[in-house]
Amino acid sequence: MAPEPPLLSMSGITKSFPGVRALDGVDLDVQAGEVHCLLGQNGAGKSTLIKVLAGAHQPDTGTIRWRGEDVTLRSPIAAMRLGIATIYQELDLVEHLSVAENVHLGHEPTAAGFVVRGRAAKASTAELLKRLGHPEVDPGRLVGDLSAAQQQIVSMARALSHDVRLIVMDEPSAALDPDEVDNLFRIVADLTADGVAVVYISHRLEEIRRIGDRVTVLKDGRAVAGGLPAESTPTREVVALMTGRNVEYVFPERPAEPPAAEPVLKVEGLSRQGEFAPLDLEVRPGEIVGLAGLVGSGRSEILETVYGARKATTGRVLVGGQPLRPGSVRAAVRAGLGLAPEERKAQALLMLESVTRNVSVSAMSRFSRGGWIDRGAELGAAREATRELSLRPDNPAVPVRTLSGGNQQKAVLARWLLRGCRVLLLDEPTRGVDVGARAELYAVIRRLADEGLAVLLVSSEVPEVLGLADRVLVLREGRVVHEAPARELDEPRVLDLVMEGSPAS
Amino acid sequence: MTQHVSPPRGGTDKAAPVEGPPAWRVRLGRADVRTLTLLGVLAVLVLIGGITQPDSFLDTRNLQLVLTQASVIGVVTVGMTFVIVSGGIDLSVGAIVALSSVWATTVATQEYGFFGILFTAVVVGVGCGLVNGVLIAFGQMVPFIATLAMLASARGLALQITDGRTQVVTVPGVLDLAERDSYVLGIPPLVMVFAAVTVIGWLVLNRTTFGRRTVAVGGNAEAARLAGIDVRRQRLYLYLLSGLCCGIAAFLLIALAGSGQNTNGNLYELDAIAAAIIGGTLLTGGRGHILGSVLGVLIFTTITNIFALNNLQTDVQQIAKGAIIVAAVLVQRRTASTH
Repeated sequence: MAPEPPLLSMSGITKSFPGVRALDGVDLDVQAGEVHCLLGQNGAGKSTLIKVLAGAHQPDTGTIRWRGEDVTLRSPIAAMRLGIATIYQELDLVEHLSVAENVHLGHEPTAAGFVVRGRAAKASTAELLKRLGHPEVDPGRLVGDLSAAQQQIVSMARALSHDVRLIVMDEPSAALDPDEVDNLFRIVADLTADGVAVVYISHRLEEIRRIGDRVTVLKDGRAVAGGLPAESTPTREVVALMTGRNVEYVFPERPAEPPAAEPVLKVEGLSRQGEFAPLDLEVRPGEIVGLAGLVGSGRSEILETVYGARKATTGRVLVGGQPLRPGSVRAAVRAGLGLAPEERKAQALLMLESVTRNVSVSAMSRFSRGGWIDRGAELGAAREATRELSLRPDNPAVPVRTLSGGNQQKAVLARWLLRGCRVLLLDEPTRGVDVGARAELYAVIRRLADEGLAVLLVSSEVPEVLGLADRVLVLREGRVVHEAPARELDEPRVLDLVMEGSPAS
Repeated sequence: MTQHVSPPRGGTDKAAPVEGPPAWRVRLGRADVRTLTLLGVLAVLVLIGGITQPDSFLDTRNLQLVLTQASVIGVVTVGMTFVIVSGGIDLSVGAIVALSSVWATTVATQEYGFFGILFTAVVVGVGCGLVNGVLIAFGQMVPFIATLAMLASARGLALQITDGRTQVVTVPGVLDLAERDSYVLGIPPLVMVFAAVTVIGWLVLNRTTFGRRTVAVGGNAEAARLAGIDVRRQRLYLYLLSGLCCGIAAFLLIALAGSGQNTNGNLYELDAIAAAIIGGTLLTGGRGHILGSVLGVLIFTTITNIFALNNLQTDVQQIAKGAIIVAAVLVQRRTASTH
């Protein structure tokens, strides 16, 4: 038979945001009637890619071919007209409108051009819902009164109310119970049997095995593998593609002897309902402890709970033997904890301010008297802290938003250095940091530990945890499944652990 | 100034901004463009006033009057600027001024003389600010709603206290403040209070930890929280500060008008917000300029004065104000996008 052109063919797509290259030449081919899975860690570029496909973002470069013809997706409406529908993770439904009104939003069946024919809308909605296996949803009900699963069905009905050829589903199973997931898969199978293509985003590998035809893996804004067969590619290979290194990083030397001092950070039975199971851990001064795990394993949640930014359900955190007041960031900071959060721009930096002011914000009492800031002392202290970390450019007066990702991270570290903290909590310290700048950041982190800081490190990149940490705790679904010195572990072993939960030795 | 602070160490780092002027000049230039634009607008207005009414506008007494009128709303605007920098809004300032002014001029309060009136005006202002602050910081209410509720209640309470009557002040010490005899070197005492509030406000915002925390909370509340700042307490303090400014403004208004009325301070909230915005304060928070706000107030007051001297209707004046707000924001958008 004649080689059919792919339904959708994206090639060389790049998209940059200030300071970040979110997509760096991504290719994606989707055939009619297939389920094409998109895999990748947080920040790998999945969301940006589907927003380009939905017409919500315009790519900087690259071409999109739709049924063999070059197209430009100028707006979400343009994408919709071609037959591309997107079901976002955060459902974009209007809660105060009815199911039928939501389904037909923007293309209501009308009489005389403007009078909405409510009954016709309800009838066609009921038909769509029946086709989706949820005839019990009343088209007249308000969407706000429906369950998460039912809302997702409404969102899908809306997609199908257009003449749709490609549906993008962004982690559709995240909010669903197991039997609802089964229904979702049945719907996906029905759609593909009708020749509709589905781009399915999930980080649950077992789902991809069940319904996927082919897999494209994104990492750091690049497609590291495209069109792998979903059923036969070994899980370990897929995970290694998601988490593995592209470049050999140089990791600093570990100290010959493990630090012997008393632990400065002790976590006892700490847990949070629905996020992670009771956890015990200790970090000594001079030691780097790593938490390894995939997305959804509770990594960031653990760090933020230790820091008091989330309130623990059970357990306690002790710093230097003293228990912290639970749920209080201020108590944690006063006791000597410092957090470099995962989302630097949203959670750590004051983007309108200079480097100096970003660095000094947690230690203002050090160079102020009676609330009056000694700006000379502030600048001097900020200069000293940023020099110690070799922050570039060597001028703390520049606005922090002009720095590269790696230097922004150094500004966050300098903040805690200036504060004089004892325990540093690092959440994905090299996310958004150029590959070339990573080795330098690793050296900085190790040096801080050598100078007596206790470091608790979270990373989705297994080689990073293994290369940097002294001791590693492996997490799977909010539970520690293994703990060992880093030198006794290797990447395949950790990958087995994060996926299977049992040491496959 | 700042050009001395960057020693030429490791020359390669400074290579990036080759084609532009040095960083300190860019920053100085940007701050100056904003202030100079506002000063330019003010100068044009003065020119217009001088040409249309050469005798009455440039008269010393008229200029003293303009500054005195600017003082009341000016003090309110300084407090408002802090609130807006923190990412909030205070719609209740006009109503708080009204309530403070009538509470401080009841017959019972006036018995306590000068300090009784001053004390009551300030305490009522701070009290209203406390309610706003607690509702917003600890009740998790949206500032818009909490202060809107305060606007309604404080106006209602002011009407209840006065029963709609003007409460004439009989305390000589208060009335003397607005008399020509008390001017120092030609400067009315009320204007000196305004100047003092401006200077203190500028110092607090730019030179103290309180100011830094305000900017941090407005720039990125989550980052401020994770950096160890007590965001809620800071928000509480900011609404207290706004209430305090309203109390001071109410006292100035009492001295100026010689009475307390429940209709005082009508639409001050809009004038104060507008002055702060054209002064370069971001309505989304994180950046603000006390000096810009004060220039904004002076611009609006001068317009009012020129229109009054030329016997023009207030409706034309409102249209001119609206046009200035739009023009100022458009100019700022352009300078902001050229970063």
